[in-house]
Amino acid sequence: MENSTDFLEEIAGKEYEHGFVTDIEMDILPPGLNEETIHFISKKKNEPEWLLEWRLKAFRAFQKMELPSWQNFKMPEMDFQAISYYAAPKQKVKYESLDQVDPELLETFKKLGIPLSEQKTLAGVAVDAVFDSVSVATTYKEELKKLGIIFCSFGEAVQEHPELVKKYLGTVVPHSDNVFAALNAAVFSDGSFVYIPPGVRSPMELSTYFRINAANTGQFERTLIIADKDAYVSYLEGCTAPMRDEHQLHAAVVEIVALDNAEVKYSTVQNWYPGDKDGKGGVYNFVTKRGICKGANAHISWTQVETGSAITWKYPSVILQGDNSYGEFYSVAVTKGKQIADTGTKMYHLGANTRSRIISKGISAGNGQNSYRGLVQIGAKAANARNFTQCDSMLIGDRCGAHTFPYIESKNNTATLEHEATTSKIGEDQIFYLNARGIDTEKAVELIVNGFAKEVLNKLPMEFAVEAQKLLAISLEGSVG
Amino acid sequence: MLSIKNLHAGVEEKEILKGLNLEVKPGEVHAIMGPNGAGKSSLASVLSGRPNYEVTQGSVTLDGKDLLDMSPEDRAREGVFLAFQYPIEIPGVSNINFLKTAMNEIRTYKGLEPLSAKEFLALSRERQKLVEFDAKLVNRSLNEGFSGGEKKRNEIFQLAMLEPKLAILDETDSGLDIDALRIVSRGVNKLRSDKNAFIIITHYQRLLDYIVPDFVHVLSDGKIVKTGDKNLALELEEKGYDWIREEAIH
Ligand SMILES: Nc1ncnc2c1ncn2[C@@H]1O[C@H](COP(=O)(O)OP(=O)(O)OP(=O)(O)O)[C@@H](O)[C@H]1O
Ligand SMILES: [Mg+2]
Repeated sequence: MENSTDFLEEIAGKEYEHGFVTDIEMDILPPGLNEETIHFISKKKNEPEWLLEWRLKAFRAFQKMELPSWQNFKMPEMDFQAISYYAAPKQKVKYESLDQVDPELLETFKKLGIPLSEQKTLAGVAVDAVFDSVSVATTYKEELKKLGIIFCSFGEAVQEHPELVKKYLGTVVPHSDNVFAALNAAVFSDGSFVYIPPGVRSPMELSTYFRINAANTGQFERTLIIADKDAYVSYLEGCTAPMRDEHQLHAAVVEIVALDNAEVKYSTVQNWYPGDKDGKGGVYNFVTKRGICKGANAHISWTQVETGSAITWKYPSVILQGDNSYGEFYSVAVTKGKQIADTGTKMYHLGANTRSRIISKGISAGNGQNSYRGLVQIGAKAANARNFTQCDSMLIGDRCGAHTFPYIESKNNTATLEHEATTSKIGEDQIFYLNARGIDTEKAVELIVNGFAKEVLNKLPMEFAVEAQKLLAISLEGSVG
Repeated sequence: MLSIKNLHAGVEEKEILKGLNLEVKPGEVHAIMGPNGAGKSSLASVLSGRPNYEVTQGSVTLDGKDLLDMSPEDRAREGVFLAFQYPIEIPGVSNINFLKTAMNEIRTYKGLEPLSAKEFLALSRERQKLVEFDAKLVNRSLNEGFSGGEKKRNEIFQLAMLEPKLAILDETDSGLDIDALRIVSRGVNKLRSDKNAFIIITHYQRLLDYIVPDFVHVLSDGKIVKTGDKNLALELEEKGYDWIREEAIH
C-alpha cells in the first residue's frame, strides 16, 4: 500500500488519449481579426448578404464588450488577434459521399472511436463530424430526409434552407448576448443544423462530433436545433482536441427552439484537451447554450458530462415561455490537475405552470476547482412555477475545491422552489473497504464516482452512458494514490 | 494455512502488536478475545493490509505466500476476508453491483471467467437464503443508512458470496439481536469446511456457543498471552481478564 499521506493526494494526470495531431493539408487563414476576416469567412462560405450583415453587427458589438469578471476564477488573458479564425482541410469541403473524404480524416475519426461509415456507425445514430472549421461528413442523411428531418452542417443549411436559418438564427442567443457569443456570431465557421417537422419523432439519435486539429485556431461552431410542434429529437455532441502547449479557444453557441408539445434532449460529452497537470495548454471552453420552450408543453433537457478543457465556462439555459413547459439540466463536471469549471444553468420561468429541474454533480480532484452557478428566475406571470435544484459535490484529495452559487429571483409568490446541496469526500476508509473486497483503487474510484453521478449518466442515451462512465473513470485515473 | 510469526506492528510510531504468533490450519476456527484496546482489530487490519499500519518485525504467510508483501486487493483475491467491526457506507454504489465487481475482480485474478449476469444472480439468491439476508438490502446503496445489525449481516452475506479461504470476523456479533446472532452463526457454520478457516474476534462467550471454536486465544497488550479450547471462553466470562494479565506478568 502507498504511504497514507499520499493516499488521496497523488495526482498522476493520466495521458490524454485523444491528443494526436492529424497531418493533413489545410487552408488556414493567418491569425488576426478585423472586418476583413469576417468578409473572408462569409465569402468562403458563399453566404447571403443578410448573414454577412448579421456577422458584422455582431463583430461591432463584440468590439465594445469586455470579458466577463463575475465568474469564480481569474479570466486568462486572451489575445483575439493571435487566433486563426478559419482552418479547413484543403480538399474540397463538400462531400457527396464518404468515399470522397480524405482517408487521413476518416482515420482520425476512427481513432477517436467515431465511425463515419454508415454500416459501422452505432446502430441508430446519425453523425455530423466537424473538423476544425468545417463539417466533413454527415451520415444517415437520406434516411432522415424521408421523414422531412433536416440534419446537416450549418453551412449547408445556409445554402439550402436559408429561410429557416434566417427565421431562427440569433432568436435564442442574440448576436450581442455576451462577448463570446458575439465573437461566435461574427466568425462562426460551421456547426450543425437540425429541423424536425411537426409531428415527427426522430427515429435515431442525432450526433455531432467536433475536433480541433490545427494549431492556433479557435473553434467557433454554431448549432441550431428547431423542433416544430409535437416533434421530438435527441441530440448528442462530443468533442476532442490534440495536446498542444498553447491554449485553444472554443467559443460555441447552441440555440434550441421547441414549439408546442415539442421535446428536445441535448446531451454533451465534453472531452476537450484539459492541459497537462501543471496547467500547460488545454482548451478554453467558453460556450453559450440556450433553449427556448416557445410553445405550450414544450420540453428541453440538457445533459452534460464535462471532463475536459482547461477552463469550462458554460450555463446551458432554458427560457420557459410556453405555459406548462419544462426545462431540465443534468450535469457532471470533473476537474482535476489545474482544471477549472464554472458551470451551471439558468431557468427563466415566464409562462404559467412552468417547471424546471436541476441536478448538478461536481467532482474535483488534484487542484481542480469546480463551481456550480445557477439562476432560477420566476417572472410575474409564471403562476405556480416549480423548481427543484440539487447540487452535489465530491472531493478527491485536499487541494481541490467545490463551490456553489445558486441564485433565485422570484417575482411571483405562487412559485415553489426547492434546493438541496451536499458535499462529500471519497474517504480513505471507503477505498480500503473496497480494496479489502478485491477491488483495486482505480476501480474503487470508478465505482464510487459512477455511483455519485448515476442520476445524470442515466439521462444520457444508452449508447453513450457506457462511454461516459468509462470517460469518467479514465479522466480520474491516477487521482487517488 | 496462515502463519504469523513474531509480528510487531503499529501506527505512527506507536507499537500495538508486540510479537504475536498464531498458526491457523484449514478447517479450524480460532476465537480471539481480549480487553478493549488490546490490538484485536489492529491484527485484523494488519492482516487485511489497512493503510497506516506499519509492520516493523515478523512475518505473515498465507499458504506459504508472503501476505505482508501484497496490496490489500491482492490479499482479498488470495482469499483473505475481513468482516469489518465498523462497515463503511458507500452512497450511490449498489450493494449488488459492488459485489459483482468484487467477485469478478477476484475471479479474474484467479484466471476464471467472470460470472454471467444470470449465474451471478442465481448465486446471489442462493446465498441470500443461506444467510437469511433481506432481499431489499441487496439492491440498496452499499451500507448506506443500514442499521448497525444490517451492516453486520451484510458483511456475512458478502462472506457467503466471496467464499474466502480465511475469514476474519471482527466483532460481527456486537450489534446483532438474538435472532440475528443465531442466523449469522448458522450461516457461518454452513460455510465452514475443511478447506477454509475462521478467525473470530469477539467479546462474548455466547457467540461461541453457536460457532464452536477449536481454539480460544486471549490477546492482551499486543500479544497472545493464553490459548485454550472453548472452555477458556467460559472461564473468561466468569473471571474477566485480570487473572491472565497477572499470569502473563509472572
Ligand atoms: N490509527 C490509530 N492511531 C493511534 N492509535 C491507534 C490507532 N488505531 C488503533 N490505535 C490504538 O491501538 C490500540 C489497539 O486498538 P484496537 O482497535 O486494535 O483494539 P481492539 O483490541 O480491537 O479493541 P476493542 O475490543 O475495543 O475493539 C488502542 O489503544 C487504540 O487506541
Ligand atoms: Mg476492535
